[in-house]
Amino acid sequence: MNQPASAYFLEERHDPNETHTLSVLVQNEPGVLARVIGLFSGRGYNIESLTVSETESQKHLSRITIVTTGTPMVIQQIKHQLDRMIPVYRVVDMTLTGNAIERELAMVKVRGTGDHRVEALRLADAFRARVIDATTESFVFEITGNTSKINQFIDLMRPLGLVEVSRTGVAAITRGPEGM
Amino acid sequence: MTDKSHDPNQMTGAAMIVRALIDHGVQHVFGYPGGAVLPIYDEIFQQSEVEHILVRHEQGAGHAAEGYARSTGKPGVVLVTSGPGATNMVTPLTDALMDSIPLVCITGQVPTHLIGNDAFQECDTIGITRPSTKHNWLVRDVNDLAKVLHEAFYVATTGRPGPVLVDVPKDVQFATGTYHPPRKSDVHISYTPRVKGDATQIRKAVAMLASAKRPVIYSGGGVINAGPEASKLLRQLVEVTGFPITSTLMGLGAYPASGPNWLGMLGMHGTYEANMTMHDCDVMLCVGARFDDRITGRVDAFSPGSKKIHIDIDPSSINKNIRVDVPIIGDAANVLGDLLQVFKAEAKKPDIKAWWQQIAQWRARNSLSYKKNNDVILPQYAIQRLFELTRRKDTYITTEVGQHQMWAAQFFGFEEPHRWMTSGGLGTMGYGLPAAVGVQVAHRDSLVIDIAGDASVQMTIQEMSTAVQHELPIKIFILNNQYMGMVRQWQQLLHGNRLSHSYSEALPDFVKLAEAYGGVGLRAMKPSDLDGAIKEMISIKRPVLFDCRVAALENCFPMIPSGKAHNEMLLPEEATSEATATAFAGGKALV
Repeated sequence: MNQPASAYFLEERHDPNETHTLSVLVQNEPGVLARVIGLFSGRGYNIESLTVSETESQKHLSRITIVTTGTPMVIQQIKHQLDRMIPVYRVVDMTLTGNAIERELAMVKVRGTGDHRVEALRLADAFRARVIDATTESFVFEITGNTSKINQFIDLMRPLGLVEVSRTGVAAITRGPEGM
Repeated sequence: MTDKSHDPNQMTGAAMIVRALIDHGVQHVFGYPGGAVLPIYDEIFQQSEVEHILVRHEQGAGHAAEGYARSTGKPGVVLVTSGPGATNMVTPLTDALMDSIPLVCITGQVPTHLIGNDAFQECDTIGITRPSTKHNWLVRDVNDLAKVLHEAFYVATTGRPGPVLVDVPKDVQFATGTYHPPRKSDVHISYTPRVKGDATQIRKAVAMLASAKRPVIYSGGGVINAGPEASKLLRQLVEVTGFPITSTLMGLGAYPASGPNWLGMLGMHGTYEANMTMHDCDVMLCVGARFDDRITGRVDAFSPGSKKIHIDIDPSSINKNIRVDVPIIGDAANVLGDLLQVFKAEAKKPDIKAWWQQIAQWRARNSLSYKKNNDVILPQYAIQRLFELTRRKDTYITTEVGQHQMWAAQFFGFEEPHRWMTSGGLGTMGYGLPAAVGVQVAHRDSLVIDIAGDASVQMTIQEMSTAVQHELPIKIFILNNQYMGMVRQWQQLLHGNRLSHSYSEALPDFVKLAEAYGGVGLRAMKPSDLDGAIKEMISIKRPVLFDCRVAALENCFPMIPSGKAHNEMLLPEEATSEATATAFAGGKALV
């Protein structure tokens, strides 16, 4: 092995990556999102999807949903690192709870005429996407579902004249009566 | 209409800051004035409860506050201006974050209406220092200031301690609002550090310790941070169990170096016996340390046969580098107290005679030995003499970063916690001199020595002036080998002996430099000069720069070469150039 000389140990570990969805309940105050994002960029963690909005305005609470990938050790680190931030109340690994519902909303603009247009509308119906804007040569569909359903819909629209997509990113919640 | 003019809690933001410092028992502030903090300096001028130590560079204020905090257990307080004042604080803040030192830094900011306008001496202090602090705050309303200041002190000193920063725009310093003394509701309810360890986990740990055949205790800076009680409990645990104990660089002094169970420091430049004991142990108890890469060596070969117990106040330290079997989240003193109680009640001292015999064989390798020399001062010898001549005194040691730091850790025996101030995590050259200033401010009558290198000391040498101004008789003991020694050592070992820019050319005459600052300069050239010169240094009640001329090419051993395990240490007598080349197999291609 012709490894370069270094004061650091260069060998990386190669455990298989996992994808996890984390729900993070935070105090809604200036800079809180920057702290969370800075943690990810500073420590080299991945963000696949990020959704954030105030969820309880009286208590100034926001809920951040992050989809991330990493080895099991890295995922555990991410949760601990998030949890020790001062304005973070709770971190829940929705993937580990095993019963979480994940949804994303996408708006998909498709341009076309003739058969393509008919086919797009037919597929949209099959995916339970709604038409929220139409011209004689275009549609904007609104579709809700988990990430793979939306990916699939977008893939189907591509040959039919896909113009652009706007997605919210993943929001998640557990099933049953208990809150996080 | 209520008349607020007689309400004693009505005051300006600047007055609130001084008032909050007093309410938190702060006696000393390290700082440097500037445009955006002038209202606060005006308040400082008009009172006498808080003493301000004027430094020569903001970085010096930060490291001084670190030394102050590390030697007292109290938070260090820094006051600097906006823009460059704040950016100069980035290094000490990061240093304090890495080593878990409680600092409260107050920065001035341009007036709120100018924020974001690229105003004179404006910078995004909060954005810049966000990753270098445990938490930081921008205060836009004077009525939030008291709450934020109290929370800042609370966050800095509780849980895993660390630096915090409060950014106060100048208009908020001038504005009048309502102050309140510290109260519980000042703190985010989301901030709840765990102090008490889980009882079930502690029971598991005790069972594991009681059944150990080849145990070791590996303690770190967390034990020092947890206060003197934690060190006391650690010593009791060692006595009750009879286990061998080693420590990280940051943990030196928690267990006395003269103690019978002491193995010396572990890690890259630790002793052979400490590293071998770690490698071959069957049960490891880690207290307040974080399995840093300087400690573990090659991670996949780190102590392969052991069950590991890890006590740490920060859950994110658990399983970060090394997977452990029994994690216990909590304060070191608290958990050690519980652990000790359960051990005394339910377990008895395991018989580990065979293990101690094995350790004795490792010790017999005498891994810190070096060849005596009557012509040139060897750096190891210089530290040993410094130690012998100061050990009966009330001594505090700070260091810079490099070979001298490792030699100090190896050859200076610490008997008590809070006596050893060094930049462990960040490895900040230039830490030691200002840190010594801070230590001396807290301990006016003690002997405070910065063990320095000729390169490191020049990074913050201007603080000599601070020491002279404030009559702080710090001693700067420079192991002068005219090299950035550790850089050179790596170049010799790993980069084909090409000494790229590691020679200290154009060194100043340190004796004259000391005199120019109004201090005292001393020099030792030969081993026979050394004792006399050290005694003279100790007797002088003024700042001293001691230019100790040491063997130029001495290197720091023993050493775990990069990418190697604890049982593959390079010992001094083996460190011939050929053996070194082989040991650094990775570097061989380049040698």
